[in-house]
Amino acid sequence: MEHSSDHAPHAHDHDEIAIAGHAGYYEIMETAVRELLVDRGLFGADEIRHQIEVLDSRTPALGAAVVARAWLDPAFRSRLLANGRAACEELGVTFYDDTQLIVLENTATVHNLIVCTLCSCYPRPLLGLPPDWYKLKPYRARAVIEPRAVLAEFGTVIADDVEIRVSDSTAMVRYLVLPRRPDGTDSYSEQQLAALVTRDSMIGVIPVLLKNGVQAP
Amino acid sequence: MQSPSFQLRIVPALQEQPAFCVGDVVRVLSRSPVGHYRVPQYLRGHIGRIDAVLDPSAVDNEEEGYGRNAGSKRHYYRISFPMLDVWPHYAGEPQDNLLIEVFETWLEKV
Repeated sequence: MEHSSDHAPHAHDHDEIAIAGHAGYYEIMETAVRELLVDRGLFGADEIRHQIEVLDSRTPALGAAVVARAWLDPAFRSRLLANGRAACEELGVTFYDDTQLIVLENTATVHNLIVCTLCSCYPRPLLGLPPDWYKLKPYRARAVIEPRAVLAEFGTVIADDVEIRVSDSTAMVRYLVLPRRPDGTDSYSEQQLAALVTRDSMIGVIPVLLKNGVQAP
Repeated sequence: MQSPSFQLRIVPALQEQPAFCVGDVVRVLSRSPVGHYRVPQYLRGHIGRIDAVLDPSAVDNEEEGYGRNAGSKRHYYRISFPMLDVWPHYAGEPQDNLLIEVFETWLEKV
């Protein structure tokens, strides 16, 4: 992080930033396998670093741009729902693996929720790394058994006459929820719309809401 | 682009063609293989409906997990299960559904 020139002197005391405790089983295994693969010349340290850079460049802002475009451009929306991956590639989002993307549209009658009960399958090329709660067992187990209760804990109450569709993303495909465009945004620009779209709304745990401070022009 | 007419006579290999169509009612097999699997326990033995055939066909990622994948491409299907069928005590609404993609070898037609 870059510090501004008028940054206050660093006067307060705090603990040294250090790795606490011993490495766990999987951490040690990862280090051992990585060192073996590098030793054998299958890839180098710079390729690992580069792949981390690739992953770090993927954030929910990419997904938000896709959603905003879909809200404004009906032809793009149709292409996105027909082939999520190809439509994202139109906007320059590359997919560095073989997974396809299915885009699920929320409507007045259908609410989609995404979970991976197996592990943490997630549209990483488009949204970056999943949130921790998405990878933990309580969400993974409960989202398929009691989705309405889980949604309510996120503050999302779905009307009784709306169909909930929980997609368990465990095998081959990754999913993106296309949330509903909020009312009162007719005059918003594409950038202003994208600024409303959060990561959680693209997993389906919350709707897209108008934020304080984001004003129509 | 229009297909040249000779393509109409091409006979596809069996596994190139999806074994199931949209609307087919299928059962998820209830076998319990040892090792890596992508079909959750809670759906084994359950009956669902094919919501979509996922093209193109792809390798079986349970085999791929062990580096075995040559020649094993088949289709995945997106399958829909009413929540009330999956969970007898489901507390939500009767129209709620669970959807999941499953490799062809895990399915049989009902």
